[in-house]
Amino acid sequence: MPAAKQQKSRIENFLYTGKDWDFDTLKRSLDAIEEIAVEEMGLDVYPNQIEVITAEQMLDAYSTVGLPLMYKHWSFGKSFVRNESMYRKGDTGLAYEIVINANPCISYIMEENSITMQVMVMAHAAFGHNHFFKNNHLFQQWTDASAILDYMQYARDYIAQCEERHGLDAVEAILDAAHAIRENGVDRYTRIPTKSEAELKSRDARRLDHERDNYNDLWRTLPPLDDSETPEKEEQQRKAALATRLGLPESNLLYMLEKQSPVLDGWQREILRIVRTTAQYFYPQKQTKVMNEGCACFCHYEIMNRLYDKGLIGDGAMLEFIDYHSRVIAQPSFDSRGYGGLNPYALGFAMMQDIKRICEEPTDEDREWFPDISGCNKTMHVLKDAWRNYRDESFILQFLSPHLIRKFRLFQVHDDSNEETLLVNAIHNAQGYRSIRRALSKSYTVTAMELDIQVVGAAMDDDRTLTLKHMMHDQIPAKSSEARRVLEQVRVLWGFDVVLLTEDAATGEILDGLKCTNEGVAKINTEEESEAAELCLV
Amino acid sequence: MYFIDRRLNPKGKSVINRQRFLRRAREEIRQGVKEAVNSGKVADISADGRISIPSKGLHEPRFVYDHAKGVSERIFPGNKKFVKGDQIARPPSGSGSGPGDDGQEASEDGEGDDDFRFTLTREEFLDIFFEDLALPDLVKKELKELLEFENRRAGIVKTGSPANMDLRRTMRHSLTRRIGLKRPRLKAIDDLENELEVLRSRSFLGDEDQRRISEIEAELETFRRRRRIIPYIDPTDVRFRNYTKFPIPNTRAVMFCLMDVSGSMSEDKKDLAKRFFMLLHLFLIRRYKKVDIVFIRHTSQASEVDEETFFYSTETGGTVVSTALEEMRKIVADRYPTSTWNIYAAQASDGDTFGQDQEVCVAMLRESIMPACQYFAYIEVMEEHEEDLFKDESNATKLWRAYSVVQEEYDNFAMHRAARPPDIFPIFRDLFTTQKEG
Repeated sequence: MPAAKQQKSRIENFLYTGKDWDFDTLKRSLDAIEEIAVEEMGLDVYPNQIEVITAEQMLDAYSTVGLPLMYKHWSFGKSFVRNESMYRKGDTGLAYEIVINANPCISYIMEENSITMQVMVMAHAAFGHNHFFKNNHLFQQWTDASAILDYMQYARDYIAQCEERHGLDAVEAILDAAHAIRENGVDRYTRIPTKSEAELKSRDARRLDHERDNYNDLWRTLPPLDDSETPEKEEQQRKAALATRLGLPESNLLYMLEKQSPVLDGWQREILRIVRTTAQYFYPQKQTKVMNEGCACFCHYEIMNRLYDKGLIGDGAMLEFIDYHSRVIAQPSFDSRGYGGLNPYALGFAMMQDIKRICEEPTDEDREWFPDISGCNKTMHVLKDAWRNYRDESFILQFLSPHLIRKFRLFQVHDDSNEETLLVNAIHNAQGYRSIRRALSKSYTVTAMELDIQVVGAAMDDDRTLTLKHMMHDQIPAKSSEARRVLEQVRVLWGFDVVLLTEDAATGEILDGLKCTNEGVAKINTEEESEAAELCLV
Repeated sequence: MYFIDRRLNPKGKSVINRQRFLRRAREEIRQGVKEAVNSGKVADISADGRISIPSKGLHEPRFVYDHAKGVSERIFPGNKKFVKGDQIARPPSGSGSGPGDDGQEASEDGEGDDDFRFTLTREEFLDIFFEDLALPDLVKKELKELLEFENRRAGIVKTGSPANMDLRRTMRHSLTRRIGLKRPRLKAIDDLENELEVLRSRSFLGDEDQRRISEIEAELETFRRRRRIIPYIDPTDVRFRNYTKFPIPNTRAVMFCLMDVSGSMSEDKKDLAKRFFMLLHLFLIRRYKKVDIVFIRHTSQASEVDEETFFYSTETGGTVVSTALEEMRKIVADRYPTSTWNIYAAQASDGDTFGQDQEVCVAMLRESIMPACQYFAYIEVMEEHEEDLFKDESNATKLWRAYSVVQEEYDNFAMHRAARPPDIFPIFRDLFTTQKEG
């Protein structure tokens, strides 16, 4: 009898029972989660806004890369059609949630989810991702969470206006072209702020003062170092001046085209600006996929467990949660049918848990590898520091432990396309840890994801040929068929011929060249040193 | 921290993007639709618009790595037996570069060559299906179309029947006129009368009061007079809603399906005929609000039947085509007056008819059928192996030869031969292409 009574009073404590949700339960659960997340774990989050949507609306949100507001373009329709048909056929499920890096932080949760799923999703998105968005240095540096929705609204309206004024086809042509180089339309480094006219003047005045103050007639008597005005030198100076004026080299292709293209109208430049602003917004997300998901998974796992420990959710709910959770963080091995690369959820979550383990129950090995944090017992402090200051590449390089390499049984394959076979050059043993860690980290660098392409020349005083240079690393070239089509699109924006040179970053040798003229794309002869050099200003 | 229920937000946020996509993929989709029609069953067309199109032209190019080349270090999980220095055979090319660390990206890019499968809505499918097809625009039809009218509001007038009086507008005019002409209000008169009464009821009246009384009386007099001569509602105030008869296009159509079901019509031939009828039906329901279908089958005698019987029941007997035309004429006379119905007819036959019946047919077409019809399409179906045989006009069937004469006389008479299912759609397009009349 007392056992039954105890059971009953236990159930009365639950936030919810059964599997259906309503807004009261959601509210109650969110409050309980918030208490754990903010009070106990010390997460620092934007205010939350939870929006309940239907599966259909989830599909809508998918197709516009997760932003609730987006300008209209056929490519979004394409991804909508694709997602929809895959979903209808049952090939893929829908995400349980989408979260938007905005202030307030908007999380979409689907109405089909059971209450346990909703609680997990809220812990995952509204606190895990939210904390990451607010605190990670990349997001702080490159995105403006409070302005993004307003900006997208502006973008949508502006492009709609352009369509009215200039016609669908004209706008579509610009958007198509801009989308083709979207990945190369982000700022990777902060630009030097341009000085105002007044500032320039005062700088010149200061220089003049300095010269006057330090004037010494003696200098006049020295013979000039080299005053021979050779044509080469003149040419060099001319090029240098032109490059400075155009701001070359420039890795942000869209920025360069927006500012310098000889053929674009104001509205077309503004569209380029919109596309690159949107691309910039997603730039940090690409670099922090593992960490972001790891952080969110760690948070939901921690929060759900604490809810259970406090007796706020029942055994059934906990089991349901563990089922979802283990599906999310599953990592199939390389030879199984479901393998699709390293699962960022799995790797991220495992790394966060591993940091917790190192902080709380370190082994001798951990003490050797992580002297700073092992046994410090300040798990949340270490994690929050990592979430704030790292991105995937540096995070893996810093925190991937031998323990985890063994757990995942990672191995490294050397793939040289000139060789007949692949070579296993590191496995999960003492000789391999560092090599694996380095290689894995490298695969998450920006260069591994996107080609290093820069604008290096624009013959503004000649035939206005625009020259792009691909710095080729590890001898991996750009896919030629794609590159040709992208060049055609760049030509639309530049209005004159466009050249893509491929330079081996190791040797500095120009290996290959493609030229896009109004007759199409053709290979150019890069044998002759001068010709390629002619195209480059820098 | 708060919740928002977005479930009731308007649906179809992606509709515009979807339309943009279809617009972009027009060419490919049209090809896909054509194939869907040729391979699938006609009966399924409208229900299920699943099509597959090559993704050429829908490709979004980007600068990507060619991972088949160069040197890369890849990390995989789940090592079982490898040790350092092992050589592994390259997985078969194509999937060779794949599953790398960026497996997800690779699959996204890999779409390049795949076909793109998706489902069109019924509307979208039919739009593309019948794109640049139109009903033949004939003089006769124009005349007929003006015969139906609809009452539509056409502003406000000063005369009309009381039933159409616009009270609100009338009262507004009345009020402005009353204010403009200073028609005294009843209350003003009441007030004066009350004041007068109060004054009169006094036992003692001073000079002041006397003057006031006469003032009031004079004022009352004018007020009463004004009220008398300025009416509350004047005929000039009254307004009526105006209706005009508006000619509306005749939106009803009836489609006659005539088919020979005699022994010589094999299942294959019937299937061809059925495809054509279905197309015509689909086409008509897009054009007209209401489309009736009348199925007339004939052997040596004709009867009106339901769809099921029309297509599936078999009957044997001779072939007298004119009976079907006669049946059609009767039904038109009984149920479908040409003043309110657009009449379309499609006849399918293998070209056989009894004796000199074709002469009768031609005569009937000239006399009664063609004057009533918007369009008459004759499809001659044949076995595949007969196709070459009938290519030559001199070898043509009796009915074909006879109908050729009619075709020359009437613009709205069309005839075609079909031997294979894929022929049907081109023929159909051919019959209804917009430029045809030119």
